[in-house]
Amino acid sequence: MSTTALPPSLARNPRLGRWLRFRPDGFVDVHSGKVELGQGILTALAAMVADELRIAPSRVRMIPACTRDSPDEGVTSGSLSIQDSGSALRQVCAEARALYLQAAARALGSQTDAIELRDGMFASSAGTTTYWALADDSLLDRDAEGREKAAPATERITRTSPRLDLPDKVMGRPRFIQDLVLRNMLHGRILRPPSPAAHLEALDEAAARALPGVVAVVRDGDFVGVVAEREETALTALDRLRRHVRWRETDSLPDESRMAEWVKAQPNETTVVADVKSDSASRAAPARTLRATFTRPFIAHASLAPSCAVARWRDEGVHVWSHTQGVFNLRADLAIALGVEASSIIVEHREGAGCYGHNGADDVALDAALLARAVPGRGVRVSWSREDELTWAPFGAAMAMDIAADLDASGEVLAWRGDVWSNGHSSRPGRAKTPTLLAAGHLAKPFERIPAINMPIATGGGSDRNAIPGYEFPAVHVENHRVLAMPIRTSALRSLGAFANIFAVESMVDEIARARGEDPVDWRLRHLRDPRARAVIEAAAARAPWKGWAPREGRGRGFGYARYKGNGACCAVAAEVELTHVVRVTRLAIVADVGFIVDSDGAANQLEGGAVQAASWALREAVRFDRTRITSGGWDTYPILRFSEVPDVDVALLPSHEPSIGAGEAAMGPTAAAIANAVFDACGARVRDLPITPERIAALL
Amino acid sequence: MPELLVNGAVRSTPAELDTPLLYALRNDLGLAGTRFGCGTEQCGACLVLVDGVPAYACTLRVADAVGKEVTTVEGLGTDDRPHALQRAFLAENAAQCGFCTSGMLVRAAALLAANPAPDADAVRQALEPQLCRCGSHNRIVRAVLRASRESGER
Repeated sequence: MSTTALPPSLARNPRLGRWLRFRPDGFVDVHSGKVELGQGILTALAAMVADELRIAPSRVRMIPACTRDSPDEGVTSGSLSIQDSGSALRQVCAEARALYLQAAARALGSQTDAIELRDGMFASSAGTTTYWALADDSLLDRDAEGREKAAPATERITRTSPRLDLPDKVMGRPRFIQDLVLRNMLHGRILRPPSPAAHLEALDEAAARALPGVVAVVRDGDFVGVVAEREETALTALDRLRRHVRWRETDSLPDESRMAEWVKAQPNETTVVADVKSDSASRAAPARTLRATFTRPFIAHASLAPSCAVARWRDEGVHVWSHTQGVFNLRADLAIALGVEASSIIVEHREGAGCYGHNGADDVALDAALLARAVPGRGVRVSWSREDELTWAPFGAAMAMDIAADLDASGEVLAWRGDVWSNGHSSRPGRAKTPTLLAAGHLAKPFERIPAINMPIATGGGSDRNAIPGYEFPAVHVENHRVLAMPIRTSALRSLGAFANIFAVESMVDEIARARGEDPVDWRLRHLRDPRARAVIEAAAARAPWKGWAPREGRGRGFGYARYKGNGACCAVAAEVELTHVVRVTRLAIVADVGFIVDSDGAANQLEGGAVQAASWALREAVRFDRTRITSGGWDTYPILRFSEVPDVDVALLPSHEPSIGAGEAAMGPTAAAIANAVFDACGARVRDLPITPERIAALL
Repeated sequence: MPELLVNGAVRSTPAELDTPLLYALRNDLGLAGTRFGCGTEQCGACLVLVDGVPAYACTLRVADAVGKEVTTVEGLGTDDRPHALQRAFLAENAAQCGFCTSGMLVRAAALLAANPAPDADAVRQALEPQLCRCGSHNRIVRAVLRASRESGER
């Protein structure tokens, strides 16, 4: 029998028993290295497991990732969990099913091909047995061999599964990290500096310590925290610390109103992302060159819950509960920051509020570990404040994108040149010799803050993600300029650079098509050969509907398309806007191809959520700052889209038997572009700076 | 110790009278369904009903809840008899992360109590103070309309 190459996640964690454990009580425990971020991934993975094992989804128990016993699957990010963990689990389950089938054959005295398997029951003419009766860990105490094949896509089931985590959340049962209670647990709060470059000059702890119920005040350099028996006592103590502290603040931030100039003026590391010339590339001088600069501001994760963690030190080490995206990555950074062996740290995942990238989850885990170290044996739960969350969690980087398109006399593109300036899009923990965790830079012996990096383009890139237009042009040259100064901390935010790059590319494409007097949808179809790309564009145009749309005063419609990361999900979006004293997106029609659809409702939910969030970024969001402080620390100063502003969203998924790929980030860029193009359609203002505000539109008219 | 009437039961809390109700609910009474989101009445994650009226538990003092009837998300329904809204949120998968869900349910329960058959615009208007970051708004509106419909049918 031939073997197949193992999925990468499984090759790194080949022991079958690390992934699956059958239990005599009628359940199978599944250990994925990927974590629930509010995206519904555990529900989708459970569906894949149920599919391969031929059991009901209700028999699958998804165990939260933990460094103690989970496979190391890195970080839950980049819309990769279905690919990474899903493909690994399918293979694990295929092999486990074969091993249990053999065990069933031995138990029943039957040939394996005489046994039928249905909902975990093995039946032959000799009798029946089940996974649960046969449950034996030694059967899976072996490495995956690639001998069995996961079911082909044509035999798989697309489900619309109820979310596994939702009953708890709808009934108000404890489920979130914020709800975790350890026996004798204490409560911690952190006194953060008022600005990114501030240093502590003086702190009088006496008033805080005098408060009954305060157990410890912890100070290490610029890091200050308080631990108390009761949560409200910790808050009162924090107030008292705040009244008795003096910080030395420095102007370290750029001019918010001149960010494009700022990113272009900084020292940077330049890489060529694409340099392609086809044989048909013309050497003739262009008739004209269209040039434009696009920008986006820093954007906050703005998760609905402030970050939270629980930590407890015992003789053997520290146990940390965290809503991190990567338990092993966090453990690596904690080990360096705390000066202990990684083997003495357990990091266990607990669900937090929606996570859209590298937010404060990892940072607060170090905070909790630092506070808990002062009270050995007792667990400490630390929550950030809303202001901490909106000012100290890493931001999505501000970006500037220059595009120059050489056109011939008929307005066809001869050559495309793109330049992207941005901080890197990853400061994730676990990847460098120094920890990236916030408090690590505040300690008396601080760890150096290293400027954010970009992952290689082969693994998705960072600020350069989707900077290469997906259209067929005779010549394309794209450069990325990673800014090496980082006065404002940046890291991964949903779709990384793709959001802004797709906004820029698709805005430019709209301009080029309109300059020719050509319908922008027709123009796109004329420049794309990939049948999957063409299919989503045609379907979105049909659902919009694009043709036959009746123009009305103050209304416009626009289109956006991209294949996420150049090789991920294809997604097309048609947007309709209405301009009054505000910009209102009235409708989004979204069509995506995410390969074989594991859970149609889950995928649609992710696409819609991504599109609504992208609309919020595109219309409302910008981190605000003066030269010293981040000033957008509340929902009043960092507004997001509300119920009355959320568009109707129509999502359709194209059926496919191609490998399943992620859906959560594919709609972000196309949505922003479609909105910008619709605004132009409505009023003739080409807004190239996000967010698209009435003031910016008015300034252009 | 202050006594509170929460979800139909009298409970005492060791919290001081000026403590925000949220901490008494979550840490003393074991009712974690009421969430902390901002502490400034800006997001609605902590919403409870006080004598049937929506109130922000993150700022409401324990003293101001004494002698009144407090209803939290746990008091809307039980596992055996969930509230029509809870059934509808599950039927519509009307969440992504679910952190805003408690506040949405409480706000929507107040709406349906006052207006059993709202239209979509009325639902949106009622939910306007509630923030959702995952983009589940349209599903939430559909779930509230479903709950209204299904309550009316019974």
